Amino acid sequence: MKKELHLPVMIGLVAAATLFGRVLPTWTLSLATIAASNALIALGIVVLARTGNVSFGQGLFFAAGGYGVALIANAWGLTDAVAQVVIGAACGGLLGLVIGPLIARYSGIFFGMLTLALSMVFYGALVKSTALGGSDGFNVGRPSLFGMSFTDPREADFMLYAVSVIVTGFAGIAATILFKSEFGLASLAVRENNLRVEYLGISANRVISINFVIAAVFAGASGAFALMAQRHIDPQFAYWTTSGEFVFIAVLAGNQSVAAVFVASMALELVRSFSNLYLPNTWQLVLGVFLLGVILFLPGGIGSLWIGKRRKRSTLATKEPLAEKGAAP
Amino acid sequence: MNFFLTIVLDGLIQASWLFIVALGLTLVFGVLKILNIAHGSFYALGAYIAATAVTMVAARGLPPAVGFVAMLLSVALIASAVGLLLERGLLKMFYGRDEVVLLLVTYAVFLILEDVTKLIWGVNPIYATQPYELFGNLEFAGLYYVGYDLVLIPISAAIGFAIWFGLNRTVIGKIVLAVIHNEEMSVSMGVRVNRVYAIAFAFGVLLAALAGALSAPKISMQPGLSSDVIILSFAIVVIGGLGSVEGAAVGALLVGLARAASVHLMPQAELFMIYLIMAAVLMFRPEGLFKRETARRI
Amino acid sequence: MTPVLSVRGLEKRFGAVVAADALTLDIPAGQKISLIGANGAGKTTFVNMVTGYLRPDGGSILLDGADIGRQSPRSVARLGISRSFQIPQLFVDLTAAENLTVAVSGVSARMSLRQGAEAHGRGEKAVGLLGRFGLADVADRPVSELAGGVRKLIDIAMALVRRPKLLLLDEPTSGVSAEEKFTTMDRVIHAVAPDAATIVFVEHDMEIVSRYADRVVAFYQGRILADGVPSHVLKDQEVRRYVTGGVR
Repeated sequence: MKKELHLPVMIGLVAAATLFGRVLPTWTLSLATIAASNALIALGIVVLARTGNVSFGQGLFFAAGGYGVALIANAWGLTDAVAQVVIGAACGGLLGLVIGPLIARYSGIFFGMLTLALSMVFYGALVKSTALGGSDGFNVGRPSLFGMSFTDPREADFMLYAVSVIVTGFAGIAATILFKSEFGLASLAVRENNLRVEYLGISANRVISINFVIAAVFAGASGAFALMAQRHIDPQFAYWTTSGEFVFIAVLAGNQSVAAVFVASMALELVRSFSNLYLPNTWQLVLGVFLLGVILFLPGGIGSLWIGKRRKRSTLATKEPLAEKGAAP
Repeated sequence: MNFFLTIVLDGLIQASWLFIVALGLTLVFGVLKILNIAHGSFYALGAYIAATAVTMVAARGLPPAVGFVAMLLSVALIASAVGLLLERGLLKMFYGRDEVVLLLVTYAVFLILEDVTKLIWGVNPIYATQPYELFGNLEFAGLYYVGYDLVLIPISAAIGFAIWFGLNRTVIGKIVLAVIHNEEMSVSMGVRVNRVYAIAFAFGVLLAALAGALSAPKISMQPGLSSDVIILSFAIVVIGGLGSVEGAAVGALLVGLARAASVHLMPQAELFMIYLIMAAVLMFRPEGLFKRETARRI
Repeated sequence: MTPVLSVRGLEKRFGAVVAADALTLDIPAGQKISLIGANGAGKTTFVNMVTGYLRPDGGSILLDGADIGRQSPRSVARLGISRSFQIPQLFVDLTAAENLTVAVSGVSARMSLRQGAEAHGRGEKAVGLLGRFGLADVADRPVSELAGGVRKLIDIAMALVRRPKLLLLDEPTSGVSAEEKFTTMDRVIHAVAPDAATIVFVEHDMEIVSRYADRVVAFYQGRILADGVPSHVLKDQEVRRYVTGGVR
């Protein structure tokens, strides 16, 4: 039961979303930009979760991307938005290449805890680093695009919106292709039964590491976007609650549909904005209740609304490999 | 030598409140197999309630000692009630589902309590320092120590001993241990596991809140307290071994000493040191320093 | 001719339990050998050691003369040894075809991040293999919905994908209905015939043993009790006492 990819349709959707930004009011534009950036990093979590490993420490790569870009931007005056995204992605990816193989061999719950610990190590180091501004962090200048600088706030906002929607959109298309690929299927197999995978001659660690790097790249790019939007970087990027929020979006979306990640991310931003508007200090409350509701009524995440119960799956379940019953003497 | 003693004393002071928090977290995990992300929220709740109690007592002109007792009592009562309510009213609905589900539920509770605390007590820092002067000061090795801080050490040890005694030497305690080690077996032996769950969770919440109350006189209560505490206590519990009481003690000591040493020797490492240890334990001895004994399955 | 598998002085203990005790065995290419023995005699431990899942405490395992005793299951699979499992080890939420496709993907060194399995005809190969076991009609059903006997067949089919030179089957007919067990074994033998692969199968069903095995090796407490043609081994006094029953 393979669905057609409809590549031109997906590209068309991305283009439409980008152009639509022209008519959106400013507050929606900023909201959508943040939502797109968060969706990107949450998408990475979903990609990795398909191997049965949930990362609770994506803040590590998010911050690595952000700080990397911020330092380079301030040192070399590099302000081009696309370049910054590429650098962010590269920072995340390089770090992911180093860490991935080291932790790929740990199973579900320990993997999650390790990613959390590593992100907090980074946080701890950042907070105490006077060279990087400590817990205050530091500022960066406005991003530009292909040599053009944007002084009109409306234009600047739209530029950022367009870049984030396009990059995230293409990441989503890439993820969709990945999910349907041979490698994507093998990733699911690793989650189901990583022992059998090994017996079939496939390295489960390698599959996990590659997915991990992809997640790290997405996270680093997202860090660059967050930096460009806030024009400020601080250690909070690596804090566990930041990572937790991204996992929240991934859980909300479920692990079947890429589109659901965008919907979930947007829903989060809308809830946050409206709560802050009408009842200050309640957005976390609303979110918490919302999460409970989803757990109770939509265990497969938002995506299960349209993907259907084709397969019996629990939300981002980290399954232990089936015990090798034949191992008894 | 003085320097060394200073670090040890500082470490013990730190470890004492860390132990109480970690104990609650590890107990809940051991019995219910839940990693309670809202654990830090109960610490914060305890601290805030304590602050309110102290302030109310002080407003009536009563001596700080009364405030101290009042805060402990009020926290104990409220926290136990909240814990029981939460377990019976909410958590129970999700037993039997995937373990990740309960994690998400406690995360939701954490989010909700964050805002509830803000709504009740506001976002500005609150102080309740009156009890801090209760035990005077002590001069030792050229440094001044506040009596309150030092008193916390034996208090914490007493609580630890009480829990240990309760678990190992009383019938109820042994039942709880049985559930920790082998729930299936306990159920088939007729143990009312639901009751054990409720008691254990309420206890865990109580311990967190108590730690918060005891810390209240020396910290400032503000948003962000709970998220700092949960991640710290989680690190300790992982280092010591999830579900292990001895592990919580050893973990707290280790973290307390590491922190004290860092502060004096290498301040930049103070924060990340703890998580580095946590990562190292996860990589080389994932079950923690004190593996919760698992009965041999036949 | 070097035997395809050669085991010398294999030792393995689990605490007080002796699973392998100076085990020495030569398996020539193309042979069909059945391992029999009571539960706990060491048959599955033997399979686990040969496939790299367990490391022997002592002794050596040689595949075509090369020592593989310290290799991982992945390396051993790549060297040409495949196995099926007593309790089928499948990807339960995936369809039968997808299970086989993963197995097919495992054969090549690189997996595509872009193209689906259909691109290189791997999907077809997977479905084809299912067809050989008469499972073409369940290809698109999730394994979780399929009966135990069918899962057994899929499990065995997955082991055949790599066209191994040595195929180890752990109780291939357990869980398979009485009418089907002969068809199952026929299909397996037929499937490996072109490669003249060596088959080692652990079995409790003596009908299967006598019909399909060229040679029978009886295990007892980690040692080989008897080794020879089925008609001899199955009549052996000690074998009847410790393995098949019938002698008090």
